[in-house]
Amino acid sequence: MEGKKMKNVKKKIAMYWGAGCGGCDVSLLGIHEKLLDLLDEIEIVFWPCAMDIKYEDLEKMEDKSIDIAFYNGAIRTEENEEIAKLLRKKAKLMVAYGSCAIEGCVIGLANLYNKKEIFEAVYLKNETTKEKILPSRDLPEFLPYLKTLDQVVKVDAFIPGCPPPKPVLEEALDALLQGKTKFGKEVALCEECPRKDTKPEKIEISKFYRWHEKEDNGECFLAQGIICMGPATRAGCKGECISANIPCTGCMGALPRVRDQGAAMLSAIASLLDVEDEKEDEVIDSIKDIIGTFYKYSTAKLLPRGGMKDES
Amino acid sequence: MARRIGVFVCHCGVNIAGVVDVERVAEEIKKHPNVVFATTYQYMCSDPGQNLIRQKIEEENLDAVVIAACSPAMHEETFRNVCKDYFNPYRCEMANIREQCSWVHDGKEATEKAIKIVKATVEKLKENEDLLPILVPVEKRCLVIGGGIAGIQAALDIADAGYEVILVEKEPSIGGRMAQLSETFPTLDCSQCILTPKMVALSRHPKVKLYAYSEILDISGYVGNFTVKILKKPRYVDEDKCTVCGDCEKVCPVIVPNEFEMGRKPRKAIYIPFPQAVPSTYTLDREACLGLAPLTCAQCKDACEAGAIDYDMQPKIVEEKVGAIIVATGYNLYDKNKLVEYGYGEDDDIITSLEFERMLSASGPTQGKIIKPSTGEVPKKIVFIQCAGSRDRQHMPYCSSICCMYTAKHALLYKHHVPDGEAYVFYIDIRATGKGYEEFIARVMEEERINYIRGKVAKIYREGNKLIVCGVDTLTGRRIEIKADLVVLAMAIVGKEETKEIAKLLKVAIDEGGFLKESHPKLKPVEALSRGIYFAGCCQSPKDIPSAVAQASAAASKVLALFAKDRLEKDPLVAVIDEEHCSGCGVCISVCPYGAMTWQNGKAKCIEALCEGCGTCAAACPSNNIEMRNFKDEQIEKMVEVVI
Repeated sequence: MEGKKMKNVKKKIAMYWGAGCGGCDVSLLGIHEKLLDLLDEIEIVFWPCAMDIKYEDLEKMEDKSIDIAFYNGAIRTEENEEIAKLLRKKAKLMVAYGSCAIEGCVIGLANLYNKKEIFEAVYLKNETTKEKILPSRDLPEFLPYLKTLDQVVKVDAFIPGCPPPKPVLEEALDALLQGKTKFGKEVALCEECPRKDTKPEKIEISKFYRWHEKEDNGECFLAQGIICMGPATRAGCKGECISANIPCTGCMGALPRVRDQGAAMLSAIASLLDVEDEKEDEVIDSIKDIIGTFYKYSTAKLLPRGGMKDES
Repeated sequence: MARRIGVFVCHCGVNIAGVVDVERVAEEIKKHPNVVFATTYQYMCSDPGQNLIRQKIEEENLDAVVIAACSPAMHEETFRNVCKDYFNPYRCEMANIREQCSWVHDGKEATEKAIKIVKATVEKLKENEDLLPILVPVEKRCLVIGGGIAGIQAALDIADAGYEVILVEKEPSIGGRMAQLSETFPTLDCSQCILTPKMVALSRHPKVKLYAYSEILDISGYVGNFTVKILKKPRYVDEDKCTVCGDCEKVCPVIVPNEFEMGRKPRKAIYIPFPQAVPSTYTLDREACLGLAPLTCAQCKDACEAGAIDYDMQPKIVEEKVGAIIVATGYNLYDKNKLVEYGYGEDDDIITSLEFERMLSASGPTQGKIIKPSTGEVPKKIVFIQCAGSRDRQHMPYCSSICCMYTAKHALLYKHHVPDGEAYVFYIDIRATGKGYEEFIARVMEEERINYIRGKVAKIYREGNKLIVCGVDTLTGRRIEIKADLVVLAMAIVGKEETKEIAKLLKVAIDEGGFLKESHPKLKPVEALSRGIYFAGCCQSPKDIPSAVAQASAAASKVLALFAKDRLEKDPLVAVIDEEHCSGCGVCISVCPYGAMTWQNGKAKCIEALCEGCGTCAAACPSNNIEMRNFKDEQIEKMVEVVI
């Protein structure tokens, strides 16, 4: 009886865009017709990207009146942080939507630098910046380091991906609307990798290649010496990138038992090296951009205080 | 889970107590949660020490113990056996405060570190599971690879004990290097005379299955359960029909160098390597033969009255199941072409020790006459150069072990053949450590009047009919030039290329000399790291005949011990995969040094019988989906917590 009654009441949904690229907002539209089905079940009450609504409207809503709040993007400014806290107050379920909100993602790499260095790089030393003006007035304060959503408020569920791929998102939305906060696969991408069958009996790496340096032969990237984060990354995306001849960069995040996705993959890669001891350093050094390769998404999560040395 | 833990700190005489304040270790560890008793003792591994542990387990009602002493590689078994009467042996752990502490540290910090090591071990022990050994069935047949003296000895020992032996030899006959030697040091008995009875015994043994002229293609499986694929190369001669009359050889028109004679004697395309060959049969060398086709040449077939020759013989692949494997693949000489200083060995009159052995042999290329190959004359001045390629950083850094002895033998035999000749031996040191060896060297030096010159030869060059050997006598400091007729190089002994292939199949490591690496250089010298695989003879290191025979018998006794039980007990500390969460990325399969990880339905599976519990897979698994029994993440984390 209760179940039937619940069906008639539409769930109130909010979506917010924090520090991010906007891809997450688009990804919600990327579920196509499914969105129309969804609209029978949900009512969007707050989505600044898609509807005309102000923060004060959100403030006026009753506490816990929103059923599910999706927060995409990371926390980079005081504004991001304020809205995250406000949404938390208004929502029953707070969902970190996408890699930025969960672990900082690409923009989290900024945590390797302090605010001064970032501002200099962006506003002063950037070649394409003609007028060297630092933003100052009437803007929300730029936080000393980037935070993930769960570093600011309690988070009930996580939808991984950069942005969440369609199959992941569909499963997540179905689960969340049924009140479930646990969903997604707990196994690495290799399981559903379109190149799984090309994996050799033994993987041995004697030289590393970047993916543009090799012609597509349709084989397992690791076996080709191209670093693919697939073995250390949660499945669910069905390997869309792999199908387009692009190795996994790990946006779905670490497996549940792994704390440090980059270290897990580095450890695996190091074990797969098939070079003489003296040459190991040389081969490892040939990997371009270790952090960008192994910690593209998780830097902010693993460096919660960022590269803060001179500020607190 | 252990709740009442006792800690026993060993002094190990002064080994530990001389550096670590063992009393303080015991005092400190008593304060640690769940440690209800701690004490120290002079030698915990002694009988009174073991009794102390028994007594305290009973008195203090202990349910687990930590022995803080030496490495678990030493005494883990000792102490687990003590505890077995009271509780599961995996409730006994050793904290290594000797090798990992007192032997490598001093001062106050050593005691502090010892305390931390013990605390960490207590934390690990608390989460240990009770385990039972893994039982593996044993196929009681042994594979011996290589039919030299080591392989023959090992095969005979095992077969005599009543177990079946499969012996695989790559060459047409068994016998190996020993069959090539003339006399053996220090007793100077004829090598073939003492070897051939063993070869015959082997060929007649009902428990021995001999695959001569065969090669190993593949080995899979694990201790007690190996599957071997053997390629039987076609001889084109029926072993059973061949009467060794030699008619075929007489008519064969093809002449090629004879490998058995180190290429110093010709043979026909159809040949028997030496008269006493086992199996006693001719072999047709496919490469040398004019084409195995009656249209081109069928002279041998026409000549064979027994009808033993069959040009249509095909290679055969057979599969054998065995429980243990002995590798006895022997050695090669270092390539003399690599010795720049000795003219790359290109001169006809610069020969290797094995070529000289063949020259000395009555059945050899010269019927036992010592000659100068370039002219056929008897050499009046001969120079032996020891350590040719051995003990040399440019070549092989190690000592080849037998060259001092056989060079002395060579010099002595030369003097017996050419009494008016002069023999010189260049040496670095004389190493004569075997029984009767030193006496033999003394006899050669004194009675035979051989000129031993301590020094190395820097250069050899030809001047007309003579070889000029330039060296330095390091005892007098004088430069020496000898106009020699013949130079014999005591070449370094190296592992065979073929051994590397076998090692790859068996996942056994190979050292720089190409020798197989044993599990422990002192305590497990005939065992591979993987169980069920043993070494005999020169494939493990250069050695003389008595050592090779002794090692072969040692390997055989290890195999017999293995076969004494119907089921093997194996340490259950193996890798455990959470198969549900395995993505099949294959990293563990790629890194496992024991081949214990395999594919099953697109996921990894651990063959427990093969797993040695090294943990490489657990560290490499990018899903953190593999755990070592009793070395779980939580245990390691707790250990780290108390240490830092």
